[in-house]
Amino acid sequence: MAGKDYNHLFKLLIIGDSNVGKSSLLLRFADNSFSGSYITTIGVDFKIRTVDMEGERVKLQIWDTAGQERFRTITSTYYRNTHGVIIVYDVTNPDSFVNVKRWLNEISENCDSVCKILVGNKNDDPTKKKVDSQDAMRFGETVGVRVFETSAKENINVEEMFMAFTRMVLRAKKQSQDRAEREREREKDTVNINAHRDRDRRKRGKKCC
Amino acid sequence: GKQGGNYCSTHSTSSALHRQRSLPHRPPVIPLVARMADQNTSGTPAMTEREASRLDKFKQLLAGPNTDLEELRKLSWSGIPRQVRPITWKLLSGYLPANAERRESVLQRKRQEYFGFIQQYYNSRNDENHQDTYRQIHIDIPRTNPLIPLFQQASVQEIFERILFIWAIRHPASGYVQGINDLVTPFFVVYVFEYIEEEVENFDVSSLEEEALRNIEADSFWCMSKLLDGIQDNYTFAQPGIQRKVKALEELVSRIDESVHRHMQHYEVEYLQFAFRWMNNLLMRELPLRCTIRLWDTYQAEPEGFSHFHLYVCAAFLVKWRKEILEERDFQGLMILLQNLPTMHWGNEEVSVLLAEAYRLKFAFADAPNHYKR
Repeated sequence: MAGKDYNHLFKLLIIGDSNVGKSSLLLRFADNSFSGSYITTIGVDFKIRTVDMEGERVKLQIWDTAGQERFRTITSTYYRNTHGVIIVYDVTNPDSFVNVKRWLNEISENCDSVCKILVGNKNDDPTKKKVDSQDAMRFGETVGVRVFETSAKENINVEEMFMAFTRMVLRAKKQSQDRAEREREREKDTVNINAHRDRDRRKRGKKCC
Repeated sequence: GKQGGNYCSTHSTSSALHRQRSLPHRPPVIPLVARMADQNTSGTPAMTEREASRLDKFKQLLAGPNTDLEELRKLSWSGIPRQVRPITWKLLSGYLPANAERRESVLQRKRQEYFGFIQQYYNSRNDENHQDTYRQIHIDIPRTNPLIPLFQQASVQEIFERILFIWAIRHPASGYVQGINDLVTPFFVVYVFEYIEEEVENFDVSSLEEEALRNIEADSFWCMSKLLDGIQDNYTFAQPGIQRKVKALEELVSRIDESVHRHMQHYEVEYLQFAFRWMNNLLMRELPLRCTIRLWDTYQAEPEGFSHFHLYVCAAFLVKWRKEILEERDFQGLMILLQNLPTMHWGNEEVSVLLAEAYRLKFAFADAPNHYKR
């Protein structure tokens, strides 16, 4: 088989309430298109896009999930080996913002450590906006998650959000590689490798599930 | 009864085609509902002798005084002519009685009953305990068949909302789950055909009499309810019916086509990743609407068609793409293929082949679950 056409492959997951625009964000990013009445997502949809970042080819495997509560049991199986989770709410729908907490809980139930980003979509009509940017930013700070506001419809900030997130995921990967490297070096110099630390390290190395 | 290559172009679809271009998920050609009928209508060439004789047989059976349902099932298995499809579906689903004389009164009673539900419950849609259900239905309806103009009409969307809301609150164990909205569509389209001759895709329902539209709504509700009775565990908490069937599909495929199964295992494609939708929406997202309608002729003629036979159809459907599957050499390629199988040109011919293969599989593996367990 031919060599890989990329340096990194990341799996990203898009979650959030029904009708906040998850599929539209993905469609905008992967195909640069938009449809006002996109068919409801059942199970998962799947798209890929390869981007250049810091001189490297990064292939993104993006999973778009169904938002309805009933699908959660199934959706949780999609978290495996995920590098990054994009949590989407609708800035015109405060309930979808309130529910972000539940989505964050779901992530921590399914992943040890994973990059996260919070995205307020449908941010294209100030008269309809009901989730204040400042509130969202403050909330993001308290939970340690960066916030972006986007409009898939008007193509505002979508590319920027995906690229910034990809950069976060790439950095996280490099940091964890560096850490592993340092530990290997340290272990080489140490005669006594205790089992406890070894176990710890294995655990830290685990991205998700 | 083959229609040849005339499935995929009429003048009326050009605007829809245009919109579709931005939706790479769906085939680039709109499913032509109008061509879904396996028999001719006024605008198409004359029936073949065989078609005419089949239609005659249906008419004889349906005339009564008592329709032999077993015979009707046998005849329907290989497809129901458009002219008699509405009544045949109503009989096969158990909505209408075999006795011809009683049919009219049953219809009247059931239609009244349905509109009684509406009067009694529909105002509760904004109550606290129902508003989540209603909200979900309300946001899903415009996203149901978004490419077919018929379903963008306000009165049609209201019909769908009422049907789904009433069904949901009468079935609290599952409630409304996304995907159930799709299941109304075939009934609605087939029952509209009871009143019109022309294409249904761009049909303006306001040209129908109010009475006719009410009948279509009530009949669709009851027949959808009958269908869902058989697959309710697909939609209850944790969706056990779907989980079980996806597992069974995997076992079945591992038995009937080991190389396809191994190929997918090798690239770590899990069946749940693509077949969840096949079960949750009964393949409606994978096939043009005309094919779903043809498929349902058989599902209603089969015992446990929607709940059990569907599994064999899914297995046959997957294996049908074995060449394309085996050509894919990575996870991404496989997933994209499996989520966008090229069925846009499919018609009765392809569905018949699929059904025959499913029947063969059922015959080989039926009632012997250990047979397909590895």
